[in-house]
Amino acid sequence: MSGSEGSAIQTVTMPKWGLSMKSGKVVAWLVEEGEEITPGMDLADIETEKIAGTLESAQEGVLRRIIARTGTDVPVSGVIAVVAPAGVPEADIDAVVAKAQQDLAAGLVEEQAGPTQASVQAGGRTICYATLGEGDQVIVLVHGYGGDKNSWLFLIEPLAAGPGGEGGRRVYALDLPGHGESSKDVGDGSLDVLAGAVLDALDALGIDAAHLVGHSLGGAVVSTIALRAPSRVRSLTLVAPVGFGTDIDADYLRGFADAGSRRELRPLLARLFADEEQVTRQLIDDVLKYKRLDGVDAALHALVATVLIDGWAGSQQAIDIAGRLAGTDLPVAVVWGSADRIVPVPGTTVGRWLVHLVEGSGHMVHMESPHAVRDVIEEVVGPPAGS
Amino acid sequence: MTQAPPAGSRLGSELDAEELLTAYRQMRTIRTFEDRVHDEFATGDIPGFVHLYAGEEASAVGVCMHLDDRDTIASTHRGHGHCIAKGVDVKEMMAEIYGRATGSCRGKGGSMHIADLSKGMLGANGIVGGGPPLICGTALAAKMAGRGGVGVAFFGDGASNQGTTLEALNLAAVWHLPAVFVAENNGYAETTSSTWSVASDNIADRAAAFGMPGVIVDGFDFFAVHEAAGEAVARARDGGGPTLIEMKFTRYYGHFEGDQQKYRGDEVNQARQTLDCLLRFRATVTDSGRLTPAQLDQVDTEVHRLIDDAVAEAKAAPKPTVADLLTDVYITY
Amino acid sequence: MARTITYREAINEALAQEMARDPRVVVMGEDNAGGEGSPGEMDAWGGVLGVTKGLYHQFPGRVLDTPISESAFVGAAVGAATSGLRPVAELMFIDFMGVCFDQIFNQAAKFRYMFGGKAVTPVVVRTMYGAGLRAAAQHSQCLYPIFTHIPGLKVVLPATPYDAKGLLISAIRDDDPVIFCEHKALYDLAGEVPEESYTVPFGEADVVREGGDVTVVAMGRMVHVASEAAQTLASSGIGCEVIDLRTTSPLDEDTVLESVEKTGRLVVVDEATPRCNIATDISALAAQKAFGSLRAPIEMVTAPHTPVPFADALEDLYIPDAQRVVNAVKSVTGWQR
Repeated sequence: MSGSEGSAIQTVTMPKWGLSMKSGKVVAWLVEEGEEITPGMDLADIETEKIAGTLESAQEGVLRRIIARTGTDVPVSGVIAVVAPAGVPEADIDAVVAKAQQDLAAGLVEEQAGPTQASVQAGGRTICYATLGEGDQVIVLVHGYGGDKNSWLFLIEPLAAGPGGEGGRRVYALDLPGHGESSKDVGDGSLDVLAGAVLDALDALGIDAAHLVGHSLGGAVVSTIALRAPSRVRSLTLVAPVGFGTDIDADYLRGFADAGSRRELRPLLARLFADEEQVTRQLIDDVLKYKRLDGVDAALHALVATVLIDGWAGSQQAIDIAGRLAGTDLPVAVVWGSADRIVPVPGTTVGRWLVHLVEGSGHMVHMESPHAVRDVIEEVVGPPAGS
Repeated sequence: MTQAPPAGSRLGSELDAEELLTAYRQMRTIRTFEDRVHDEFATGDIPGFVHLYAGEEASAVGVCMHLDDRDTIASTHRGHGHCIAKGVDVKEMMAEIYGRATGSCRGKGGSMHIADLSKGMLGANGIVGGGPPLICGTALAAKMAGRGGVGVAFFGDGASNQGTTLEALNLAAVWHLPAVFVAENNGYAETTSSTWSVASDNIADRAAAFGMPGVIVDGFDFFAVHEAAGEAVARARDGGGPTLIEMKFTRYYGHFEGDQQKYRGDEVNQARQTLDCLLRFRATVTDSGRLTPAQLDQVDTEVHRLIDDAVAEAKAAPKPTVADLLTDVYITY
Repeated sequence: MARTITYREAINEALAQEMARDPRVVVMGEDNAGGEGSPGEMDAWGGVLGVTKGLYHQFPGRVLDTPISESAFVGAAVGAATSGLRPVAELMFIDFMGVCFDQIFNQAAKFRYMFGGKAVTPVVVRTMYGAGLRAAAQHSQCLYPIFTHIPGLKVVLPATPYDAKGLLISAIRDDDPVIFCEHKALYDLAGEVPEESYTVPFGEADVVREGGDVTVVAMGRMVHVASEAAQTLASSGIGCEVIDLRTTSPLDEDTVLESVEKTGRLVVVDEATPRCNIATDISALAAQKAFGSLRAPIEMVTAPHTPVPFADALEDLYIPDAQRVVNAVKSVTGWQR
């Protein structure tokens, strides 16, 4: 989203969801021309090759013109709509629209800087990460079992922009060992190894302390970091974390590790979401490509044995973080999708913390309802200093 | 360099009594095996084609006695002798010839494809000239493994004209491989005589063209074979590269069983009476007192019993079933 | 991390990574290094089109130049495979299979079966195929159907750099004999390829593009021709489902049949000449197992029943192009009983 030169005219642009996203399609507009827009309002359903999501407004004003018709491909950062106060003359709007259409037709859309990708050497491993934003406040996002930094695709930009859109914050999304583009060796696959790798990465990145956000197994990882090195952690946001209950879909964990084909993966990945339409062919292909990298098979099998009581063949969670975390003074927030089929919601509270329940979302609540998860993170993290 | 056949038969003083007995046993086993297959084939019980090695025993045994588990051999369609000399189980061989599930190849290969890779026997081969290139490969592997292993390619006078053989000779020399090429010139490639089909006077003359030593050996003389093979194998093991040995002898039976052999003269009868490797071996070792006739007779008896048992067991063994038809095309598919 | 490299570089990388990981992997072929015995430098070529460049120095003693003796060195690769090595032999042009086919189809392919399940022959024969470089009749053929026909062989045809690396790594790790076919016109094709080692399984076709109106099955370079046609057809509102077979043996029948059952129409694009090629194989498969779903006859887009001509004007007519695929698709979508 950006302001244009005309005083109050703002453009709504195609977001960059995911490091490899080049273009997207508006599948449905959820607002009409002439409607009053407020920040946080759902504007449009957008689909890319990999994922489908809902674009939220970051602006206030009136939706003066819709430029992108449903079904057409628009490159990332291409203008899809124009928002301005009601008083701005139609002619001014026309001018902005004309320029936008010209740029689109000529292929002159300049992709605004999205997250950059890089890697560090940490504790003998390569840790890959994506990062966006500048500032003293640091948020580090840690994905779960079988995932990677791209699962935070809807959150990196909004978080980096901050609650007021003013920035002042650095956001990192890491690939854990065994995942994404990081080294695939997970040692014995224990939480200690994973937590240690993240801490090593923070050291290598020169991050003294950060707000940690962890999803699923990543939640157990960031909690372990908080227990081991509390001075390095400013707050914890736990998104459907492992280690705070006993129930878990062990068949999913094993199935995911063993699946060798698209056919086997599809029903498994479908369990991650409340809306099974989220499982696109591209998503499945990406997961398959990841699973076929050398070392991933061993890593996933080791991690399953870490997560389950009785190792690989277990049916319940082996990790119990809730109790050990009880004594922390760190701010902690917990958010969970009500329809989570992988790590079911354990109750209305975990320990002394309230579970923020997101109705209708599954285990991948940060992908299905990113706005809700963002709100929880913003609340526990607080605004960046000086904003 | 082509060498003339060694004068007379050597005693092979490097072989002790036990080794001499082993040599005799192996040759006798091959002879009895082949004679028996000849008889049984005539009854119509044995499916397909068989190509018998009787008469050529000294070649297989004289060469293979120098080989161990580091070494590999490739053979021909006339492969029973090489199999036995390299240690393939005789009963499994017979069962394979009868197409039984207990055979060396579970009944799926037959006479022309008997193999035992665990014993370094790359298989009898239905393709004339199929073996030499394979041996370039096993010799390459042996060279890289650095344990002194060698590869021996047995092939016939027919195969000596096949492009694959000539290419293999060249490649073995160029790559300086630990290989021994044994041309078993039994005088005939099917019905055409080797004196006609081989353009040079001797197959061994071709060795010079490929930059390796060539040796001519009386293939009926176990001791001559053993000595020449010993030199060639030692040369290969020591990194001296390949050798081409030409055995001169004849086969006692036809190209395949059923061959009326109208193209032949009287050479088989002559050979059986005066040149036969087993007769000469027996004479040599008994004349010199190295072994007694009784010892050799004992071997004859034991071998006959072994072959009798092998045939009886093969005939009684089950055939592979439809379940075996589709298996082992691939390891995974 | 993934980055953009060429099909040629992807193959080189697969070889290098596997040779580093497994000391038993050796490479042999004519000019695979280049310069053997010559007064100038070694690794002069690194393969006639540079695919094996650099390996000679990186892996001393494991990249072997050979004399021009296909039957000897392909046979040697086969023999060495039974003897503990994992050779990758290069048959420079698939057109040369005539001088070494016995070693491949009578020896390597049959050892496991003939020897009652007791042989393991992990040999890979890499070979170049395909027209488009004006190399004329004896250097431009698509003979993979002949290898596909042989029980005991696996036949692989990568269409992209990603698949080339993953499929070659799988081929080298596979314990059965594999014929790895590289289209010579694809060597400069660039694509995203992870730096890490990874595999792509055999017998899994890739759905390159989803669509509901026609199934277009292709292999090798023809996948790109089919994709080009599909793009054109999309603007006419015809949705093509483009399937890249990736391996013709084993063949992913399920993916093809599922697609035909969905669309009811099939076009197969195969650069090989029309008698007994892969297109006929796929057509028979669909006719036999998806007959009830077919709403139009099956169309095959192939080369003509001729040798590959030299003159560029003729060779360009010989190779199936996107327009012919478009025509075939329109034919099946427009078909009325």
